[in-house]
Amino acid sequence: MDFAHLAAGLGAGLTVIGGALGIGKLASAAMEASGRQPEVLGDIRTSMIIAAALIEGISLFALVICILLALK
Amino acid sequence: MISYIQADTAKVAQDTLSHAQSGNSDSSWILHHILDAKYLDFEPFGKIPLPEIHIFGMDISITRHVVFMWLAVLLLILIFSYVSKSYKKSKTPKGFANLMELLVVFVRDDIAKPAIGKGFEKFLPYLLTVFFFILASNFIGLFPYSATATSNISVTATLAVISFIVIQAGGMMKNGVFGYFRGLIPHGVPVWLLPVMFIVEILGLFTKPFALAIRLFANMTAGHIVILALIGLIFILKTVFVAPVSIAFALFIYLLEILVALIQAYIFTMLSSLFIGMAVHQDH
Repeated sequence: MDFAHLAAGLGAGLTVIGGALGIGKLASAAMEASGRQPEVLGDIRTSMIIAAALIEGISLFALVICILLALK
Repeated sequence: MISYIQADTAKVAQDTLSHAQSGNSDSSWILHHILDAKYLDFEPFGKIPLPEIHIFGMDISITRHVVFMWLAVLLLILIFSYVSKSYKKSKTPKGFANLMELLVVFVRDDIAKPAIGKGFEKFLPYLLTVFFFILASNFIGLFPYSATATSNISVTATLAVISFIVIQAGGMMKNGVFGYFRGLIPHGVPVWLLPVMFIVEILGLFTKPFALAIRLFANMTAGHIVILALIGLIFILKTVFVAPVSIAFALFIYLLEILVALIQAYIFTMLSSLFIGMAVHQDH
């Protein structure tokens, strides 16, 4: 009984939950901040993209491990 | 009674697994389009085999990703030799050189100068090279029949190692070898915490370039796998009616891939310059 494919699927799903929660909180904070002070919208947008790419980097570490598991 | 239920559940699980294993759920065609290979693949028309070179037992044959890496380098050499020639004619060139100036000034003013501060000019050639190489490789990989050089972990690991060398060399030339290691530990740390902080900072020196490599590799590979899986859905379900939905989603992911290509080049360059700034100006 080989659970590698099951583990890969479960791992990818859990990773997506974590990543989406993080990026959702980030986006809501960015929206609120740009609503309070519209003149710093450009700076907020740049910082938001940087933070989103870093969070996505973490979830892609887990994706690499899931791919390794699924190919075992 | 309970043992009967347990045995029944185990038998159901066993049956499902054996049924799944016997079905032809072969997904090796996805890997076939992502991985490196020793021939250039033009699927219905034919294949071009690439030379195999073995030196001292090491395999350094020309593979698909090597050819596309050279293509990106050739493209950059052609573009920038044209751009530098137009600077000889006039200080403010128009047209294509103006577009390249936009990108170069973006890297200089928005990535290098805020992150490194004083003395950023020394690191600017390296940061520009890395930005344009990753951008060119990512974009070339989006064309049909081509391969993405940066979707190979060896290429991204090499870029990360070179970044590591630039960071350490920059920090050590500015602060001295011993002074650089001493400056790794922040101020105001209690004495009993120093050994732990030292180990943590040394580990941090290595994990940051490792994260750079994995981030770029995983972003590039994941995008291609999603597009292939969506289009392959048509062949797995063996029906043509899923084609409009499948192609629409694949088109959306393709546009997202263009954005991801730009963002990943920007993030790699920005994080490299941030680490260089942290190594050079340690007392920030």
